[in-house]
Amino acid sequence: MTDLSSSHGWVRTEDAKTLPPPPNTTGLTGWALQNLFNSPLNTVLTILGAAFVAWIGWGVIDWALIRGVFTGESRDACVAVPDSGACWPYVWAKFHQFIYGFYPFDQRWRVNICFVVGALALATMAIPSLPYKKWNALFLLVIYPLMTFVLLTGGDLDLSVSTLLGIVGLLLLTALVIPPLAFGIEEGIRRNRLALAFAGVAIVIWLLSLFVSMPELVIFGSFVSISTLAIIGLLAMAAALSAAHEASSRDASARTALLSWIGACSAVIAVLLLVDTDFGLVPVETQQWGGLLVTLVVAVTGIVASLPLGILLALGRRSKMPVVRMFSVVFIEVWRGVPLITVLFMASIMLPLFMPEGVNFDKLLRALVGTALFSAAYMAETVRGGLQAIPKGQYEAAQALGLSYWKLMNLIVLPQALKIVIPGIVNSFISLFKDTTLVLIIGLFDVLGIVNASFNDPKWVSPQTGTTAYFVAALMFWVFCFGMSRYSIFMERRLATGHKRRGY
Amino acid sequence: MAQVSAKKSTSTPKVTASDGNQAGDVAIQLIGVNKWYGEFHVLKDINLAIEQGERIVICGPSGSGKSTLIRCINRLEEHQAGQIIVDGNELTNDLKRIDEVRREVGMVFQHFNLFPHLTVLENCTLAPIWVRKMSKADAEAAAMKYLIRVKIPEQAKKYPGQLSGGQQQRVAIARSLCMNPRIMLFDEPTSALDPEMIKEVLEVMVDLAQSGMTMLCVTHEMGFARQVADRVIFMDQGQIIEQNSPAEFFSNPKSERTKLFLSQILH
Repeated sequence: MTDLSSSHGWVRTEDAKTLPPPPNTTGLTGWALQNLFNSPLNTVLTILGAAFVAWIGWGVIDWALIRGVFTGESRDACVAVPDSGACWPYVWAKFHQFIYGFYPFDQRWRVNICFVVGALALATMAIPSLPYKKWNALFLLVIYPLMTFVLLTGGDLDLSVSTLLGIVGLLLLTALVIPPLAFGIEEGIRRNRLALAFAGVAIVIWLLSLFVSMPELVIFGSFVSISTLAIIGLLAMAAALSAAHEASSRDASARTALLSWIGACSAVIAVLLLVDTDFGLVPVETQQWGGLLVTLVVAVTGIVASLPLGILLALGRRSKMPVVRMFSVVFIEVWRGVPLITVLFMASIMLPLFMPEGVNFDKLLRALVGTALFSAAYMAETVRGGLQAIPKGQYEAAQALGLSYWKLMNLIVLPQALKIVIPGIVNSFISLFKDTTLVLIIGLFDVLGIVNASFNDPKWVSPQTGTTAYFVAALMFWVFCFGMSRYSIFMERRLATGHKRRGY
Repeated sequence: MAQVSAKKSTSTPKVTASDGNQAGDVAIQLIGVNKWYGEFHVLKDINLAIEQGERIVICGPSGSGKSTLIRCINRLEEHQAGQIIVDGNELTNDLKRIDEVRREVGMVFQHFNLFPHLTVLENCTLAPIWVRKMSKADAEAAAMKYLIRVKIPEQAKKYPGQLSGGQQQRVAIARSLCMNPRIMLFDEPTSALDPEMIKEVLEVMVDLAQSGMTMLCVTHEMGFARQVADRVIFMDQGQIIEQNSPAEFFSNPKSERTKLFLSQILH
């Protein structure tokens, strides 16, 4: 002992040997020993759990496959077998209805095109290694919705001349926004006084025309009042004046603002022309839509609309501008404070009562807007949670580099904030997907609604029809929700590399 | 009484800048700047003129307002009275002016504040691409040049989370330099670092100082101050107490508060 303690200095002369790990700590056995059977209590719990899973699993297999009836032409096939299980012939017979509802038989290819194109575009978007993400996103968010709209409804909206003029007037009115955007609010208003005056007069004439009837002229075969022409003329002058400011300005940002305005207006007009064109498709009323088609239309529109709206509302709620903040807070709290059923009832029954005579929006459209705004309010709060998790230093560093508010948000804050709240966002998506079943109460038939309606068909009434129907409906919902959930986990892992010392 | 003497030395900024200089040579000018956080008076009547190419170290006890002072220069904090003129632009509520100033003024923070979702290279090219509208290739070439200058070109493809503190701070310096700023602000750049990493960051800062950059550093690294500073400014309780050349400042401090402060940090 004494000579050991006296020799403090010591140098390793050969490397320590690398030894294999102790037995039963690696591999499947190691995992099971550590996680399932590491104490008597856990062993008992594992056995009980496994027995329970086996019991449920066997029950399902026994009912669906072993005792299930697979062939037949009517209920007789399912009733004939004593103690039979699932009645699959009924599902085969009604499956098209589950998917398309009452969409006309000979037109279902239109729905199929939408399904296939949508699935392909979504898949290429979802797989990170595939190129052309920007074009893919553009297709999914702009072209695909238009295409679906035209294909599913038949297009050819037959917009009246007054509607078209109204939209053109609104577009011209937006031109007034560019000078403040390009030069700042005060400077923009100061430079553009004349155009603002024109627009003011136009709005006064419009208000007057609501109460006083004006003489009308015939243009393109329809009646247009003089007041409308005056309004459009004044607005066009106002827009031309505003545009002239930017065109003559040497400031590059002013010209960019002008170009983007022209681009946006042409896009709106292009869309109008597209939905107004007759492609020779048979119109299909949304009353005839149903099944998975309705579920997907409502859910996808809700999902796609609620995320950007929610982000804007979340940013608005954290804005320094009191008006924007108040608007966001009121919007979010009103929509969150109302059950979705109430929103749908309001949209389908109350809203038409407030509309002027002759104005009528499609019931499905109203449900779409209702669910989109409803889920946007929830989304806003989810996103706000992510925004609050971003340290102040990130804002300061970006500001110090000279990034403007929108660049700071788009490039620095939102990519990080949204990554943090992926679980919350997907949670909202999944609950929205399942909430689409509520459209049943306003007379739209989603998957559950159509399943519900179909098993009362006297041709197929049997003790097992209802169970089978609900089993199929549950399976359809589960496939979509589980898919979303898995994809979100995949994305979380993929995006997590930035924060971890070592990516996994 | 010390307050009065401090005022004497700072209240005439045009004289402080060496005689014969035109106004164009003044990079930053602060005239009677005051700031309050609620009721608390953080900056009291600050007058300061910084010449083009001048290297200034600001020191003082914590809470003396030195960070607030340099954060006012790129408008991360708003001053409530007085004038701040950076490169001929007066800082007001005009957002365009603020953006112009921020493009010319780089800033390095105590906690680096790198963007964790972007690689080192992307951190450096972000602002040149989006603010200066450079092409991606040009921005990357410039970024690599600065990463070589701060001696970490080999880390360009890594994420900030994979780097040590000293490396991160050097990336932060490179990120600021990529905007080609005329003025650099350093807000306690070494305070969050381990001792062995302080040296590598200071070396980069010394190199930068020797290249003629206008620098304003809030730091307690007195060795750095001695080596490169043209002027050392001592602040306490929101006011400038004393400013002098480093040699004079360290060997012959005038005010009692400066003496006390120096005795506490130089043992």
